[in-house]
Amino acid sequence: MSAPAPSLFSEAAASLIKETGLKLGRPNLEVFAETALELARADRDVLVVTSDSRGSGKLKPFGEALPDQIVEMGIAEQNLVGVAAGLASTGKKTLAVSPACFLSARALEQIKNDVAYSDNPVTLVGISAGVSYGALGSTHHSLHDLAALRAINNLTILVPADNFETAEAVRQAVNLESPVYLRFGKAAQYDLPGNKPFQIGQARPLRSGKDILFIATGETVIHAWLAAELLHKEAGIEASVLSLPTIKPLDTEAILEGARTCSAVVTVEEHMVNGGLGEACAGLFMEAGVHKPFQRIGIPDEYTVTGSQADIFRHYGISMEGLSQAAMKLIPKT
Amino acid sequence: MSVSEDLQIKSLELRKQMLGAIYQAGAGHTGGSLSCLDILIVLYNRILRISPERPDDPDRDRYVQSKGHSVEALYVVLSNRGFFPAAELDTLCQYQSHFVGHPTRKIPGIEQNTGALGHGLPIAVGMAIAGKLDNKDYRVFTLLGDGELAEGSNWEAAMAASHYKLDNLTAILDVNTLQITGRTCEVMNHEPLEDKFRSFGWAVTTVDGHDFQALEEAMASPLEVGKPTVVITRTTKGKGVSFMEDVGSWHHGVPSEEQLQTAMAELDKKLEAAKGRLTT
Repeated sequence: MSAPAPSLFSEAAASLIKETGLKLGRPNLEVFAETALELARADRDVLVVTSDSRGSGKLKPFGEALPDQIVEMGIAEQNLVGVAAGLASTGKKTLAVSPACFLSARALEQIKNDVAYSDNPVTLVGISAGVSYGALGSTHHSLHDLAALRAINNLTILVPADNFETAEAVRQAVNLESPVYLRFGKAAQYDLPGNKPFQIGQARPLRSGKDILFIATGETVIHAWLAAELLHKEAGIEASVLSLPTIKPLDTEAILEGARTCSAVVTVEEHMVNGGLGEACAGLFMEAGVHKPFQRIGIPDEYTVTGSQADIFRHYGISMEGLSQAAMKLIPKT
Repeated sequence: MSVSEDLQIKSLELRKQMLGAIYQAGAGHTGGSLSCLDILIVLYNRILRISPERPDDPDRDRYVQSKGHSVEALYVVLSNRGFFPAAELDTLCQYQSHFVGHPTRKIPGIEQNTGALGHGLPIAVGMAIAGKLDNKDYRVFTLLGDGELAEGSNWEAAMAASHYKLDNLTAILDVNTLQITGRTCEVMNHEPLEDKFRSFGWAVTTVDGHDFQALEEAMASPLEVGKPTVVITRTTKGKGVSFMEDVGSWHHGVPSEEQLQTAMAELDKKLEAAKGRLTT
């Protein structure tokens, strides 16, 4: 299984974390489960539907507290999503919870037709997303979900980075009255700096600089932020960092503004580089005539190496060291 | 007049309207629409607690058409029931029309967008669970084709329906025994249907899908407390037009002008006879 968050970091990164005073929070998964319970206590129309996933979704306390507001579907993701759509059609604020790998692939047609096309306001919750399942292998990774779901109309896609973004994402998704896909992992996350309140559709600027822009999403954001700190400290390079908790609709204004004011752009995501955040940004830049040195960092078009989430991140350069090196190569030499 | 003679006349009139609409559109699923039309006529005129004036009534009965390709039957029945003027159907499948070749919620009275097979039953299970959670007395109906039963999602939902004792749910199977490739039992055999559903924990009844009275009796109330109901209707694909009946190629065949005239003449003759019976 995956190692916990601190092992994601090299000694140098751990020391920078200490220096900058970042605090280690909890897994976004736990924050999701707690927030769902809080919302459900306040509103009996909030329902959770699971596919034998109440354990992996940290929903046992929810089930014990509100047994009438949790519906078990067994290991049957297609039915999970179809049933969730039917529930939502009657006014239930429905969270359909299943590992992201199964939810977004096995039930893709139900997501497309029953949720998005029929406009049933289900919140699809993809747990243990990306490579959270680590060494369990590629059957359990969701590195396709953002690409597949970006191509479906009427679906908001949320990938929160830290506990704050997760809690806000859950609250706003449940009350959005339109379909949402929300995905996160299960390792503890550092609380990111940044004062801008979370709003669906808006990027969150965490840091400002003119040399390079990191556009990152989900559990990769912390690595981009550390890379930015390292570049500042060791090379006098000033980096902007945009956390992008909403993959769709993209905050085009913030992304373009950020790119225009920086010399180069790196996108970072826990997803295959095909069809994910990086390609979304690339398309945006081309159409807007913003031509900057640009690199997508994510998982390449291959089945990943075996290892924990941390191992896989490091292997593909999703780390303070990997991202700062990529930035150095990209920044035009003057 | 027997209780169902008015429905007999409606059935012939709506067949004519439907064939006219398919001919004009140059597209449609003729055979399956003709096989399920009588089921829909009974549902919408005898069973469903719905009202065109209040299509969003939270206490209404719900109908989800899983075999979405037979949408032409649903369109004419909804129009006849007052959900929209019949003239609007002239735009069926035309550029920018709301009348798509599969059900969409753009049309008043249609609950869900369907068309990909194996989706209706899970959605209906969700609606039925919501009814139970809220102690509502509405019922939920869904119509499936027999070829559609090869989709695995149906069996996931069938398990869930009995697990949750959804006696407010009725699935209707339009068993016309034909699908695009040929006889359903040869493409992927689903028999014995009654045994399958019984073993999944459903209450089962089988009726002639063109017998109005039998359909009404079968759907009037849940068959058994604590179990979902399945009404297996034995139907004829292409029902009502002799040269279309039980002929696989009419699955999505569109009549030529000559074929339309022949079909209309045949239906007119039956209509005349039915109206004659009504007046004597």
